[in-house]
Amino acid sequence: MGRKTLIPIGPYHPLQEEPELFKLYCDGEIVTDIKWETGYNHRGIEKLSESKTYDQVFFLVERICGICSTSHPFAFANAVEEIAGVEIPDRAKYIRTVIGELERIHSHLLWVGLAGHFLGYNTVFMWAWKYREPVLDLFEMITGNRNSYAMFKVGGVRRDIENHKIPAIRKEMSVIRKKIDLLTGAVMDDPVIHARTKGVGVLTKQDIIDYAAVGPTARASGIATDIRKDDPYAAYPLVNWKVITAQEGDVFAKAEVRLLEMYESVSIIEQCIDALEKLKEGDVSLKINEIPAGIGMGRAEAPRGEVFHFVVSDGSNSPARHKIRAPSYTNIATFRKSCIGQTIADATLSLAAVDPCYCCTERMAAVYDNSTGERILNAGELIKLSLERTKEIRKSVAGHE
Amino acid sequence: MAVSLFYFFVYPGLLFMAVTGGLLSWYDRKITARVQFRKGPPLLQPFWDFLKLMLVKETILPRQGSRFVFLLAPVLALFGATMAGLFILLPLFNIETGFKGDIIVIFYLLTLPSFSYIIGSLASGNPIAAVGASREMKLIISYELTFLLVVAAVIMKSGQEFDLNSIIAVQQADKPFIGSISGVLLFIAGLFCIQAKLGLVPFDMSEAEAELASGIYIEYSGPPYAMIRLAKYIMLFILPAFIVALLMNGMTGGIGVLWLILKILALVLLVTLIRNTNPRLKIKQASSFFLIWMNLLVIIAIVLNAFGL
Repeated sequence: MGRKTLIPIGPYHPLQEEPELFKLYCDGEIVTDIKWETGYNHRGIEKLSESKTYDQVFFLVERICGICSTSHPFAFANAVEEIAGVEIPDRAKYIRTVIGELERIHSHLLWVGLAGHFLGYNTVFMWAWKYREPVLDLFEMITGNRNSYAMFKVGGVRRDIENHKIPAIRKEMSVIRKKIDLLTGAVMDDPVIHARTKGVGVLTKQDIIDYAAVGPTARASGIATDIRKDDPYAAYPLVNWKVITAQEGDVFAKAEVRLLEMYESVSIIEQCIDALEKLKEGDVSLKINEIPAGIGMGRAEAPRGEVFHFVVSDGSNSPARHKIRAPSYTNIATFRKSCIGQTIADATLSLAAVDPCYCCTERMAAVYDNSTGERILNAGELIKLSLERTKEIRKSVAGHE
Repeated sequence: MAVSLFYFFVYPGLLFMAVTGGLLSWYDRKITARVQFRKGPPLLQPFWDFLKLMLVKETILPRQGSRFVFLLAPVLALFGATMAGLFILLPLFNIETGFKGDIIVIFYLLTLPSFSYIIGSLASGNPIAAVGASREMKLIISYELTFLLVVAAVIMKSGQEFDLNSIIAVQQADKPFIGSISGVLLFIAGLFCIQAKLGLVPFDMSEAEAELASGIYIEYSGPPYAMIRLAKYIMLFILPAFIVALLMNGMTGGIGVLWLILKILALVLLVTLIRNTNPRLKIKQASSFFLIWMNLLVIIAIVLNAFGL
């Protein structure tokens, strides 16, 4: 005893599609400690954003995440529209919601496939990704792109979903519902999948609160957090849907939440396209000439959880400061709770179960003195500053409500 | 001597088994692809894979660990698989009768590939390979008992015949062992054993791609890995052939060749379908699966056999 083996997961490893390093310290097959190193993917998005105009930032933030490429523009639009104090047309709201929910479907299908692959169940992998394909085709029809849709702008959307395209969407939705049925049946009723995922990587309610985990990770542990309900935006308050939760907090519960959420997404899209048919075509954006000075917060529920954008405007045509927090930022920290004490086989599955996205979440902060070029403010001071700022924001949000 | 060498290297030895195994590997991959809505590889793909590894790819040796043992292991695996195949196929194809007790020799030789993978991976000094090796060891301990019980039950059914030739002869004189309830139970247990021996899902935890990145084979590259692949092709052929010899009355002359081919294809089909409709088990679950459930199944089969069912 006492001698620990280091099992490295990464920087290049088939478990993760991005480079990052998890160090699993193992005693036999049991993981006794976990450390991770990220930073292989840092791109300086926040700094880049300050050098771009508001219109260009949309294309930049769209590329933060390749899979949930609409959630970041969504949150950024919410933030900038809060500064500008505008209310976008209803038709634009519905179109934004359709795009957001289609993205949730394809992202969850992608996760189900990857989870199957991690379990060694490659048939589920191939099937889920085959079912994801029509969703991408639908995107191509609506937006012109299979991914990175470039649909959002300040004050609305760039393209209308013309009414003659709606029957095709409706037809596809009914097909997708059947396919999700099939997939859900295959996953939920398989005793071997139960044996492999139930009770694995359990996160209790308290763990979720301690680590401030978000999205399906939190909902699988019985916490009904969903920005679409908590801080309604776009057309979410206008349609009927419910937040899916599960109580167990294990990998199976996370899969269950994601699978059932797809049904909700399909239902939201159906309601949105029904509403779109009744609205006048073409009325999809406002003309906004300038963004006044001020601060704005935008939140959106990405497939993986809350995306938070904080924008400071000084009245010029580009953000003076743009802070982004992706959902994986808090979800990754839960690995300490879910992996320690598990076997390697379970730990790797728990790592994948939160659907982490590393390149979205990698940030770096450094403060330099403008006159001398010296680096000032260390990590502790920065954390202190951000805590104070968070307190202020919380007060102002509470004031609004 | 010359005849023995011909047996070992050409027919039914290395060359024949490698070609048949490669074709079966293509069959397995093609079925997998069709199940997964994919197109699948062309017929000669397994051979191109082998040739690429053999001729094109470089051999990278781990800096730590024992190079001699590391390089010996693939040779040993290939030798074990070929020898076992020889002892199975000679009686099965009615070429030679074998000797009394050859079934025990086959049983030992069939574990040789797994053992050589273990020593090879431990010699590489890679911690991931070590985890894979420990899983493979646990897996062997689990399924070998079941496999031995299956062989023992077949020996009982044949009236204490300890050589494969006589076991086949007993079946051909009466009826195949699988035609009884106990035979069916033995067939199920045997099928899962060969699944584990082949290291396919749900029993591929020793190479578990998403966890251990190929585990026991992680350090192998180039020609040594080509040999491992070849040993795997051969195992994919001879293990179903062994089951056919034990339980499904082997091969009769003439049209029987066609039947033999169909039986082996059907067995590989079952193996492929099992691997495509299941996730990977944890090593603990696999152990209890074999040590409790499969052993129970075989013991029930032995009891039923005592009652003549």
